Amino acid sequence: MNLMHYVRAFCGIVWRELLRFLQQRERFFAALVRPLIWLIIFAAGFRAALGISIIPPYQTYITYDVYITPGLLAMIQLFQGMQSSLSMVYDREMGSMRVLLTTPLPRWFLLVARLFGGVIVSLFQVYTFLLVAYFCGVELPHWGYLAALPTLILTGLMFGALGMLLSSTIKQLENFAGIMNFVIFPMFFASSALYPLWKMREGSLWLYYICLYNPFTWAVELIRFAFYLEINWQALGIVGGCTLLFLALSVWAYDPSFGIQQRKVGAAAAAG
Amino acid sequence: MQKEAGKDGPPRTPVLTVKDVSYWYGAKRALDEVSFEVYPGRVTALLGPNGAGKTTLFSLITRLFDAPAGRIEICGRAASEWGAKALGPLGVVFQQPTLDLDLTVKQNLRYFSALRGLKRKEADERMLRALTNLDMAERIGERVRSLNGGHRRRVEIARSLLHSPKLLLLDEPTIGLDDPTRRAIVRHVHELARNDNIGVLWATHLFDEVQPDDDLLVINRGKIVARGLTKDVVAETGAKDLGGAFRLLIGGDTEEDIAA
Repeated sequence: MNLMHYVRAFCGIVWRELLRFLQQRERFFAALVRPLIWLIIFAAGFRAALGISIIPPYQTYITYDVYITPGLLAMIQLFQGMQSSLSMVYDREMGSMRVLLTTPLPRWFLLVARLFGGVIVSLFQVYTFLLVAYFCGVELPHWGYLAALPTLILTGLMFGALGMLLSSTIKQLENFAGIMNFVIFPMFFASSALYPLWKMREGSLWLYYICLYNPFTWAVELIRFAFYLEINWQALGIVGGCTLLFLALSVWAYDPSFGIQQRKVGAAAAAG
Repeated sequence: MQKEAGKDGPPRTPVLTVKDVSYWYGAKRALDEVSFEVYPGRVTALLGPNGAGKTTLFSLITRLFDAPAGRIEICGRAASEWGAKALGPLGVVFQQPTLDLDLTVKQNLRYFSALRGLKRKEADERMLRALTNLDMAERIGERVRSLNGGHRRRVEIARSLLHSPKLLLLDEPTIGLDDPTRRAIVRHVHELARNDNIGVLWATHLFDEVQPDDDLLVINRGKIVARGLTKDVVAETGAKDLGGAFRLLIGGDTEEDIAA
């Protein structure tokens, strides 16, 4: 094992993720259509009803569709993270996960490489959405498109790591629907993606606190600030910490010595 | 490390040593102090009924999970101490199909080659050679989904050989295949062991896949109940054939029973 082995394996894993994504065109369109519906229909309706006061990082009044764009970007990445989770469960059921896990490289490295594959796919989706949004009139600071890239990589890693952790706890593909109901939607709605936190506080204090402890909120804020060439350090700390925590738990869960996977593979092996 | 005297040469080092390995699923003991060796150039058949512990054993050797008791050595080094590197000399064909159905044969093999750190050019040469040996070269551009079960198995065997493994693990690789395909795969694996000096551990429940000169391990309820050259094991039991010997060794099950 040398450095080139790591590089080739990393490229191979990312390449496979991209190949699978490109072969599933309907997945790409679904990933694009979902936030566009929010942007074009939902935001258009709320633009008139909701006024966004000047709150950091904004220095002037903004339209509602500009406000929710970072939230929609995070939503794309959250869905991609969960899609990766579904893909891992599918791979486990189809057996191809074994090929990955019997590679003579550290398991943490294999899982991180797989995470990066998902992040690259999510970036492709995010920037395609931004392009369409631009033509729909959502214009963000030009340098922000570039400045947000490192942030989007970090938030993509966090959602991917969360998906990976969830995949280690899901026994069967059929159980994935539960993830939709209990993870994606609560995370999205109980966050600052659709409404500013101060507005949430006026409406419901307990919901405000839920939003405050929701890592999705901080991912959205990190992206929002990055587009205006600012760093929200609190958000960066929380998103970075959550990424490390979710990743560490995923590596533990997939560890052959004591992880959750041991029990799952074991249950299958007991029958064979 | 155990060594066996070669017939015409110096002692041979086993490519796989399993020593006193036990494993439990909760209170149920799946493996009970299992010990054996696999030598280079030899096919070792692991014969046992469903639920005997074959797949558990394979999962432990491939480090899908770790053995809490006993020791597994691959090419003379303890798997638990060697970590992921222990998987380097292994080629594995799992009982469950593991190819990506939406990718082509070539894409599947390239993915595996990358995981094993092979250069693109070298990988392409090796995959062509391996597929040619298995009469699959002309299917290289096809999606795996369009291949039948036998062809998929051949691709999996080709894949397991790309990185020139020293030890080939086959967990019931012919399951669900027709007779001519099964025989072709059995013949090919024996040639591989002989010509490339690969140690092969072949888990099966089908008697006709075991050759008289293969090393045989009979496993039942997690215990190795017989070992030796197949023809010697048969002779020792006084049975007419392997099927008869097997019934005597595990207590009455027939091939139909164990295949069920």
